[in-house]
Amino acid sequence: MLHIVNKSPYMKSSLESCIRVAQKNAPILLIEDAVLGAAVGGSVEGLVQGALKDHPVYALGADISARGLAGSLTPGVKVIDYADFVDLVEQHKPMTWL
Amino acid sequence: MAKIMFVNRNAPHGTIYAWEGLEVVLIFGAYENELSAVYMDDAVFSLKKGQDTSALGIKGFLQTLPVLEDYGCEKIYVDKESMEKRGLKVDDFAIPVEVMDSAGIGKIMEEQDVILPF
Repeated sequence: MLHIVNKSPYMKSSLESCIRVAQKNAPILLIEDAVLGAAVGGSVEGLVQGALKDHPVYALGADISARGLAGSLTPGVKVIDYADFVDLVEQHKPMTWL
Repeated sequence: MAKIMFVNRNAPHGTIYAWEGLEVVLIFGAYENELSAVYMDDAVFSLKKGQDTSALGIKGFLQTLPVLEDYGCEKIYVDKESMEKRGLKVDDFAIPVEVMDSAGIGKIMEEQDVILPF
């Protein structure tokens, strides 16, 4: 199952709940405001680092770039493009954490 | 027959999510599917007894919740951590539910063919 999160972890508990429930090795994809959670040095960095132990964590490049975060991502978070996004959705059933 | 799960996470009344999440179960009840619903995060309040929306001028959930079972949604799961974090107990809910831990919720999600989030 592919877990897609689109809300900022500073505003909503979506990412936290997602990580709590996601089964081991299930990929997590951050899009839209959720990419703010991938920025290095924030208070949610530990949450993301914890997720990286059990899950591949992806972030959508277009959203990362738009927010000026390309050079300051938590190590281990993989940046992907829209074509990769489509591949992930083809490979896994999606669950979106609105 | 597909296994379809409605995952409700938003609080009732403040936005339309919770209401839509309930309405769509009734629509899906017209088809042959295996339906279930999860309530987690603020959505656990959607199940609370004693909701009175008359002063808001909107229809509440309490008439609809008990008929979910008749529409084929026989399994209603509540996330234990969300419930406890908000000071709710299983007796606070208007309908019978199955309280489940994080791992259990994650497992049943994986078993679904389709998940519809609200």
